[in-house]
Amino acid sequence: MAMLEITDLHTYYGNIHALKGISLTVEQGEIVTLIGSNGAGKSTTLRTISGLNQARNGELLFNGLSLRGIPAHKIATMGIAQSPEGRRVFPRMSVLENLEMGAFVRGTVDQSDIARVLELFPRLKERIDQKAGTMSGGEQQMLAIGRALMARPNLLLLDEPSMGLSPILVEQIFDIVTEINKQGTTVLLVEQNALMALAIANRGYVIQTGEIVLADTGAALLKNEAVRKAYLGEG
Amino acid sequence: MDVNWNLLIQQLIIGLANGSLIALIALGYTMVYGIVELINFAHGEVFMMGAFFAATVVGLTGVTPQSAPLIIIGAAALALVSAMLFSAGINFGIDRIAYRRLRRAPRLAPLIAAIGFSFILMNIAIYWKGGNPISPPALLPQKYRAYNVLNEWFGLDTTIRLRPLDLLVFAITIPILFALTWFVYRTRSGKAMRATAQDRDAAALMGIDVNRTIGMAFLIGGALAGAAGMIALYYTSAARFQMGFRYGLFAFTAAVLGGIGNLYGAVVGSLLIGIVWSLSDGFMKTLIGGWGAQWTPSVIFGVLVLVMVFKPSGLFGDHVPEKV
Repeated sequence: MAMLEITDLHTYYGNIHALKGISLTVEQGEIVTLIGSNGAGKSTTLRTISGLNQARNGELLFNGLSLRGIPAHKIATMGIAQSPEGRRVFPRMSVLENLEMGAFVRGTVDQSDIARVLELFPRLKERIDQKAGTMSGGEQQMLAIGRALMARPNLLLLDEPSMGLSPILVEQIFDIVTEINKQGTTVLLVEQNALMALAIANRGYVIQTGEIVLADTGAALLKNEAVRKAYLGEG
Repeated sequence: MDVNWNLLIQQLIIGLANGSLIALIALGYTMVYGIVELINFAHGEVFMMGAFFAATVVGLTGVTPQSAPLIIIGAAALALVSAMLFSAGINFGIDRIAYRRLRRAPRLAPLIAAIGFSFILMNIAIYWKGGNPISPPALLPQKYRAYNVLNEWFGLDTTIRLRPLDLLVFAITIPILFALTWFVYRTRSGKAMRATAQDRDAAALMGIDVNRTIGMAFLIGGALAGAAGMIALYYTSAARFQMGFRYGLFAFTAAVLGGIGNLYGAVVGSLLIGIVWSLSDGFMKTLIGGWGAQWTPSVIFGVLVLVMVFKPSGLFGDHVPEKV
């Protein structure tokens, strides 16, 4: 049984048909990436998994349990954590408080979890008492990922961790995502930066206007001519 | 120019007492605004209902100023707690019935619902206690009415009066303010409330039940307004269905003055408004002939306009730039 199994999922914003029958699976231990251009439905897919948007049709199974109709705050307790689009850190809370909020589902804050996050992101250690809203975009991105890790999720949903970051930072972030995965967390990664995402992913899906148009291993998609033309700026 | 120092200090004492009373109401405005960005225009009426309910509860206990001191204190405490629960229930109920359904509606919809509830509550109040002012059942023994703490306890030879009632206002409001600060900054639920106020979706992703947390803000805001109702009932020895309008407007002004959404701002803004209020009511006439209480609302809103012109986010408005 796959950890996450999505079959023919439809999500609407009012009358706008955002997801038109998405199907994808994520196996335990994988990094799976969902790539596509702006507005293709990448974030909507993640928001539907985490319960911020509700699907209208289709199946959404996590470890065999249906997530449909369950509100976001309950899904958070089931082992799914999300680092959302645009970081969405709590701007008037300190870095430490943000990390503590990440552990909200666990009831108590485990100091070893904080130590682990600070080890992954040494930069956050320097900023531990700073208000999150005053930090740079890259630092906020690290905090958003670190905050999601504080819940000790089985499945980590990452929404565009590279957005707006310098190339060096992007590389760092992707190294850390690989590291997190090695430590045992399954990752579903949504990205516009297809080159970087496919390089670290076991498998990838290409989404276009709400539909999955291609699915293959990361390496194969990197070589795929259509992908190279559309998303890697070649041709 | 001769300044009447005794009168100035006297008015400052009254101003601080009025200010801390307003602070309890202003905190309800600012908490609700902070979490759902709604100006709860029914909040003044929630306060008024608290005052009415407190009067009813004291009446039901049958306590008189001749009762034993412990019984009087017990009845007052019972009335205070009942008023807090009653107002909390009303505020929570309004959110549950109306605002929650309008959470995703355009901003104007809940605002108009709030104005509607303001009228509904006023009309219930008229039906309940009539349109004329009511006096609270007497509680304080006769000897304390003209009692001056400064003379009797501290042996000061002064005409400045500090009544037991003034002290009671501080004795009730200050612990409540500290308890609220502790709750919001130190407890799990308080942190959930701050997180929800800063980013509702992100809070839900952390596992916070957003609707429950918003409901809690309405409960707490209502409870504070109920306490203010009980205090106002005895501090002014009157209550009327319209009382929520004036107090509510001043409290709202105080919340905006301090920076709406900011708890400390609401308290500081309230103390400021309280002092401006009492100085304009009682002190200005010694400096400017013909000045009197009729100018007070103009002065208060004048102060508000000045602050808004020079610092639109209010005195303590904390607008951290949010980077994208």
